[in-house]
Amino acid sequence: MKKILIIIISFNLCFNHVFSTEPDIFVQSTVNRASQILSKNISKEEKMNALKIVAKETVDIEGIGSYSLGSARKNLNDNQKKIYFDLFENYFLKSFSSRLSEYTNPKINVESKKVINENYTIVNSVLISTPDRPKVKIDWRIYTKNPEEPLIRDLIIEGLSLARTQKEEFASILNSNDGDIKALFETLENFSKN
Amino acid sequence: MLKKLTVTIIYIFLLAFNANAGSDGELALKKDQPQEIKDCFEKLNRATFAFNQGLDKALIKPIAKGYRNLPDPIQKGTKNAVTNLSTLITIPNNILQGDVKTAIINTGRLVVNTTVGLLGTVDVANKMGFPKYEKEDYGQTLGKWGVGPGCYLVLPVLGPSTVRDTAGSFANAFGDPWYNASVHGNNEFLSEKVFLTSKALSGLDFRSDNLDSLDNLEKNSIDFYASLRSLYLQDRENKIKNNQRGTVEVIYKDEEDWEEIDNK
Repeated sequence: MKKILIIIISFNLCFNHVFSTEPDIFVQSTVNRASQILSKNISKEEKMNALKIVAKETVDIEGIGSYSLGSARKNLNDNQKKIYFDLFENYFLKSFSSRLSEYTNPKINVESKKVINENYTIVNSVLISTPDRPKVKIDWRIYTKNPEEPLIRDLIIEGLSLARTQKEEFASILNSNDGDIKALFETLENFSKN
Repeated sequence: MLKKLTVTIIYIFLLAFNANAGSDGELALKKDQPQEIKDCFEKLNRATFAFNQGLDKALIKPIAKGYRNLPDPIQKGTKNAVTNLSTLITIPNNILQGDVKTAIINTGRLVVNTTVGLLGTVDVANKMGFPKYEKEDYGQTLGKWGVGPGCYLVLPVLGPSTVRDTAGSFANAFGDPWYNASVHGNNEFLSEKVFLTSKALSGLDFRSDNLDSLDNLEKNSIDFYASLRSLYLQDRENKIKNNQRGTVEVIYKDEEDWEEIDNK
């Protein structure tokens, strides 16, 4: 019995070791996937669709959705939550893929990483300069609660957080409409449709 | 007298633009505390923002596109020259922020680039291995001294700012040797036209650098005004704290939001 237990523990340790993904390697591999898509000779729409698949696998869309909603998330009922997360996913994927699809074959090099705590690691990278734009520092906030499946929670470009910007954008829409969540739903829906 | 006053006012606006561009804006005394910055004049700010966007589309953006098509050496030389002039404001602010070492380095940079670097058009100091140059202005110094940003403002033509950064722009105007030498000095080579041209080129250079990123941001924003406000305020916060990449503490003022999401 003791031997079996040791074997099970050893197996688990090996399993975790083999399958835990280092955040910097995860970022570089995600970037390489995106870069391959962007360098392909396919239409912009095809690129966006392929990028959406990458985003679904590597980004914590639900977590970012909750964060973006700020304190308003506490006031939603279950039905509103469902509507919101469906709308948010469509909005996020379109916004994410559309932003990236503007770049042709971007080259991003991962330079270092800093473990913040067991839940977060910040990975530092650089978007290499081209004749049209200067070098850009991009940091990735990686959620590592499950080390086997790290997820992107934010992109910090030259010190500017996209998650925080998005959250403040959502708050602005809610404030302009007396906190009416339907106004945000409508805005997200319109963005995804257009 | 009126002419000088006009030049001074235009200069203050241009400086504010450069400060904003360098992103580069109730004066609360609260040091090192991330704080909620109120958009006290949101309706007026949004109206000004709409006006600025119209002006940008009709005039500034087309000129910036033309500027970007100029030969690289001309663009590079212009960027270097206007950056070199900005050290005249950076140096006193280095000192006011207690960073005498950087002030000495920047003085060396100014001397080398203005002489060997042909009036700043060539960044010789960079080639010699001087540390990376970081602009400082009086708005940043006020922030460093603990003066809060005050309300968020959108200035006509110039864009995002805050009460503190606008106040800093006045100090930038009167404490700039380049302004004083050009506008008040008796020099046959310098005049207010030369001065205003240098400031306009600085703004144009910034706009040209950000043509694609601003287009992309506008296209993918559900509230472009709020996006720019957020980015401007984040950038100023980083600059005051001299963060090159931002820090988790500064970026996520409301880190408990993430903690709450993680623990649900």
